[in-house]
Amino acid sequence: MPDAAAPLLSVENLKVHFAIRSGVFQRQVGEVKAVDGVSFSIGPGETLGLVGESGCGKSTTGLALMGLVKATDGHIAMQGAEDVTQMRSIPRSYRRRMQIIFQDPFSSLNPRQRVRDIIRAPLDIHGIGATEERRAEVAKLMSLVGLRPDQADNFPHQFSGGQRQRIGIARALALKPDIIVCDEPVSALDVSVQAQILNLLADLQKELGLSYLFISHDLGVVEHVSHRVAVMYLGKIVETGSKEAIFTKPLHPYSELLLRSAPAHDPRQRHKFSAVSDDIPSATRKPAGCAFHTRCPLATDICRQIEPRLERKADGHSVACHHR
Amino acid sequence: MEPALAVSDLNVEILGENGAFPVVSEMSLSVRPGETVCIVGESGCGKSMTALSLLRLLPDGARVASGSIRIHGEDFLAMDRRKVEDFRGDKIAMIFQEPLSALNPVLTIGEQIAESVRQHRRLGRREAFARAVKCLELVQMPDPERRARQYPHELSGGMRQRAMIALALACEPKIIIADEPTTALDVTVQAQILGLISDLQKRLGTAQILITHDLGVVAEIADRVIVMYAGRRVEECSVYELFENPIHPYTIGLMGAVPHRDRSKAAPERLTDIPGTVPPLWDLPKGCAFAPRCPGASARCLEERPPFIEKKPGHFAACWEHDNA
Repeated sequence: MPDAAAPLLSVENLKVHFAIRSGVFQRQVGEVKAVDGVSFSIGPGETLGLVGESGCGKSTTGLALMGLVKATDGHIAMQGAEDVTQMRSIPRSYRRRMQIIFQDPFSSLNPRQRVRDIIRAPLDIHGIGATEERRAEVAKLMSLVGLRPDQADNFPHQFSGGQRQRIGIARALALKPDIIVCDEPVSALDVSVQAQILNLLADLQKELGLSYLFISHDLGVVEHVSHRVAVMYLGKIVETGSKEAIFTKPLHPYSELLLRSAPAHDPRQRHKFSAVSDDIPSATRKPAGCAFHTRCPLATDICRQIEPRLERKADGHSVACHHR
Repeated sequence: MEPALAVSDLNVEILGENGAFPVVSEMSLSVRPGETVCIVGESGCGKSMTALSLLRLLPDGARVASGSIRIHGEDFLAMDRRKVEDFRGDKIAMIFQEPLSALNPVLTIGEQIAESVRQHRRLGRREAFARAVKCLELVQMPDPERRARQYPHELSGGMRQRAMIALALACEPKIIIADEPTTALDVTVQAQILGLISDLQKRLGTAQILITHDLGVVAEIADRVIVMYAGRRVEECSVYELFENPIHPYTIGLMGAVPHRDRSKAAPERLTDIPGTVPPLWDLPKGCAFAPRCPGASARCLEERPPFIEKKPGHFAACWEHDNA
């Protein structure tokens, strides 16, 4: 179970800013603050759900943790490892302990590689085991994720979407990581297959004691898989707390809006959705003050001027709002 | 009331390298004015092909093999091309999933709507443009005058979808086909567009067919639901009946597979997954197409295809084992 006292991974004030360049000389004309001061921690065996809508920076956060985009600022520390953002390149010892599963099982696997080689690649790169051991390991990994080891010589296109996602999971597990960043791992899959993958991830967590950073826009999925949840809006975490707190007693008006907008799955309890469009900003034109104030029913002058800080309201439940 | 749209025994096939194979089989449905029928299913179940055939917009290589489509009593499949073009947009219109690829990138929103209006109504350019602005007002586009002069890429995803709905409604068609109209949208914007679609239907009394893979959307908007699997209907009934007493094991499986927020029940530890995957349409099993994945399949299910019949008043399904249960 999650142990708040000794986090496995802690992220502090992570920032990823991209320059907007334009013109012949590619002069910098602006900046997108895709991730703008995000802090969280994940305990051993814990799943942190990172939820938000497109453009909120949730995927960039995951990529920055993996060193796949460069963090502009911040600290990323893993239990027993140094502060990796302070280094010029991410050390392999750190990379071994954290792996990623991508959203699209079609573009995240090399179509010209056999499944055996795809799953083996991390072992080859890190020089783990002799050739025979690696071969045996691939077979073990394939059965672990519910693939038939005799299909190891096939190419990705010979598999269905769900099976391809299993290949991606097997590859992520090859190095026996502590944490897996799951970046929308089921959003490209059909509903019936989505359930298979979610169940597989849950089984693997139980079996191997994995921690997950589970990035998703789907509230139903996040509620199902997470122990704790962080809600992101335009580069910031606006609320974080236990799953129960976020889903039953949300504090931030944006979390409330998200929950109100999710379809009910019960025709007798239909929402009265308002057809009115609100002013949805983007990361390139972020409003001053609280970024949510353009859509917020509670917004007052202070929200337009001063950005609220993430403050602790109850045990483990924090919110960034002047009015809560 | 007479149905606005009636489809009976529609069969659609694709001509492949090894001959034709069916993508939609024995599809029948009818929609009355003011009614919303949802067609729900996973990728490859034939729901989008059904939608496209209703507008005679099937891609090359696909064709209607047999069956009939009647719009306000007129035989749509027998019409010549000119009449079909008169009908499209005027009597029946479509809302697509991806507004960015469905809208013309080199025309402003207003020009596109005006163009469609002028195709069907004798209006001058200026009048047609004014009508376009009115349509944008109807779909609650903020600042419609200005938006009408903008290009699709200048709008947000939600606004583009509003523009496409305005385009579909420009000539006040009595039938709207919407193919996954909110799938590409964020959840807060999806809520707005679903709100808009149901508001507009109440005001205009259109007959709607909405294609979706999302049971949440179905619960929010449908009056009647058709569940499709591998090109065929497997269940059809009112939305209340579907969520309270689903019959077909595939429907039941889908409902268990979706993690959703139901406060009345404790969250299940595991989702009920449906083993295996959807069979390819060119290689369907002999009996019931769902039998290989079905927890209750019998020997008969593997051999004979169950007929789609009324199991109780207003509730249709194609399942052998339900009769025995």
